[in-house]
Amino acid sequence: MDIKLSEDQVEISRQARRFCENECPMDYVRAMYEDERGFEDTFWTKMAELGWMAMRIPEAYGGLDLELMDLAVVLEEMGRAVLPGPFFSTVMLATEALIEAGNESQKTAYLSKMATGELKGTLALCEPDGGADITYIQMGAEKRGETYVLNGTKVFVPDAHTADFMVVAANTLPGQGVSLFLVDPGAEGVTVTTLPTMDGTRKVCTVEFKDVTVKEDDLLGAARKGREPLERVLQRAQVGLCAESIGGARRATEIASEYAKVRVQFDQPIGAFQAIKHRCAQMFLETESGLSILYWAAWAQDHGDANEAALAASVAKAYCSEAYTKAASSAIQVLGGTGFSWEHDIHLHLKRAKGNELTLGDPAFHRSRVVAFLEG
Amino acid sequence: MDFRFTEQEQAFREEFLSWLEKNLPKGWDPSRYRNYETYEEWARVHRDFQKRLFDAGYAGMNYPKAYGGQGRSLMEEVIVLQGLASTCYELRGPGVITFGMAAPTIHVCGNEEQKKTFLPKILDGTHIWCQGFSEPNAGSDVANVSTRAVKEKGHYIVNGQKVWTSYAHIADYCILVVRTDPNAKKHKGLSYLLLDMTLPGVEVRPITQITGEHDFNEVYLEDVKVPEEMLVGNEGDGWRITITTLMFERVIGDATMAALYETNFKRMLDMAAQVKQAGRPAIEDPLVRQRLGQAYIEVMALKYHGLRSLSKQIGGDIPGPEGSVGKLLWSESNQRITEAAVDIQGPNSQVMGGSPWSVQDGFWQFNFLRSKGNTIEAGTSEVQRNILGERVLGLPKDASRALRRS
Repeated sequence: MDIKLSEDQVEISRQARRFCENECPMDYVRAMYEDERGFEDTFWTKMAELGWMAMRIPEAYGGLDLELMDLAVVLEEMGRAVLPGPFFSTVMLATEALIEAGNESQKTAYLSKMATGELKGTLALCEPDGGADITYIQMGAEKRGETYVLNGTKVFVPDAHTADFMVVAANTLPGQGVSLFLVDPGAEGVTVTTLPTMDGTRKVCTVEFKDVTVKEDDLLGAARKGREPLERVLQRAQVGLCAESIGGARRATEIASEYAKVRVQFDQPIGAFQAIKHRCAQMFLETESGLSILYWAAWAQDHGDANEAALAASVAKAYCSEAYTKAASSAIQVLGGTGFSWEHDIHLHLKRAKGNELTLGDPAFHRSRVVAFLEG
Repeated sequence: MDFRFTEQEQAFREEFLSWLEKNLPKGWDPSRYRNYETYEEWARVHRDFQKRLFDAGYAGMNYPKAYGGQGRSLMEEVIVLQGLASTCYELRGPGVITFGMAAPTIHVCGNEEQKKTFLPKILDGTHIWCQGFSEPNAGSDVANVSTRAVKEKGHYIVNGQKVWTSYAHIADYCILVVRTDPNAKKHKGLSYLLLDMTLPGVEVRPITQITGEHDFNEVYLEDVKVPEEMLVGNEGDGWRITITTLMFERVIGDATMAALYETNFKRMLDMAAQVKQAGRPAIEDPLVRQRLGQAYIEVMALKYHGLRSLSKQIGGDIPGPEGSVGKLLWSESNQRITEAAVDIQGPNSQVMGGSPWSVQDGFWQFNFLRSKGNTIEAGTSEVQRNILGERVLGLPKDASRALRRS
């Protein structure tokens, strides 16, 4: 048993902290919040040069073949900075889907370009009637000769407006069974609309498909066998969101405690009052225990068996995403009127926290999933 | 990072669990939450069982052989304690203070003579210890201890009153915090004594708690002559010894509690499948499932936080004030979990053990009540949050406490 970051991971973390402090200060985050695309290409290229896009990609496709834990360390720092842009959708969703389900030629074509940052992707998964149930996939992909024809609507697709390609999960007709498809957002019949979501630092879209034709070559993995690889992709992405959330929750805890040391009311720093102190302590408690769960969940993806990996991902997603929302909300309360203002950065954390909580299954979805796993 | 036991640890764990299965006391029934009517009987079974562990080479895994231990690793000790917690926690009950506080304090802070005298008798089950910290005016403010010890001709003459002394009525010895210097500042004037409970002037009176049981006592000390060799460390070290030991032990305690709660959670899952709501198993209700899921998640938070802290400690880190996280996790989660468990039973949750209408022998009713003490004993939740706020996050002390220490 050895539950701490390796020296390499500590170094990766330091590098990510430096990058975020230098390249992604809060005024940059705010600018991207207002920006329609939500990121700048120069910023994207700088991250790619650090090798972050390539971390999970196998060496054969120009990647670094690192573990999820290594990437989690970077994501934690990104969460701390509320880093904007399509890193999560590209690296945690599209890249993982290609690694998990792609055939040789797809991997060669896509992954080598994703490793260098040339290609950005996302995953079109959720549907209007699915609610928080990310296993609800009804949109049809009808087999017609050598092609599939997609019809339906996907919602809450992150960064579809700037993605070079989407991985689309659809129900294969006739009959059933989920298949994954590689679809160009610019293809005929695809309409992408950005949603006015709470978290402006991470753009989310609806994507409508009207008689969209997909070649058989762009079927990702075997037809009707998409559920299993998709499940593994989603678990890793959930853990990735947990890493972001814990990074953000840590930052919110720091912001609240630092403020409580200097803000004086009733002739003393408000942090001397137990009502404030205990709130900060609770933020620390949930962040620290969330970090412990995050490490377990990331490790289980890298080394655990399939059951443990799935269980840990749901435990972590429920706990860590709630911990972030609670920490950001508590920080606002500690900051008082300042925390409620647009001027202070804390609202950016609350909004990201809410987004993370609702993405890839909300806490209620994951709690009931945990029970289903345990019932066997 | 690695969350697994090594191959040797895994093999040791399997060997221990299979030994345990064959060596549980005759007549001990795991489906009951309490198998013994009297404390005397419970204490006797506890002592016999500890002796059996000792004889089989499973007592004090991380204690040196010279003091009756096995000279093995802390991880192996944790493996044993987790196995006991998940299999037969009841049998450990009377030994909570003995093994959680007395033994480690003597081991870490005691002198050679004290270690040789007391540790073997603890590890082989001969002695049960109790803890004399709290007093009527020293609860959360434990540094306010006023029990006086005055040195006189090779003895400390002790006068005062302790309260909430767990298991004093079955204990042979007591770890006792006393004031030796009334003129020093609060923390500085305390010392740590090892008290023989049979000495003249020691009087134990029972406190019946919320469960109707009697785990706790008042202990009155009147001109008790404690030999000076029973002082741990130096005079004035009492506070430091108390805090140091608590921090080391907390980590082991967290890992042990997680093992117990995992077993309890399985029981809870079975219970939810057995009890009915509107004729259907409660577990089919989505709200019940939410609470079950949350209960499990909280157990995992305790488990993995405990393992991470343990791993740090084994890796050589000195545990610090962040250990309060573990105390809050095990105490507060137990309250929420037991509350959920009784809620799931609906109106049946009023029925205590001993009735054909009891659910799981009243296990959850008992634990619901008992858990109310968890956020009070071993440092209240409020004190733990003060520690985290002040010593980890660096927030200022409140005005009255800041004044006292200036």
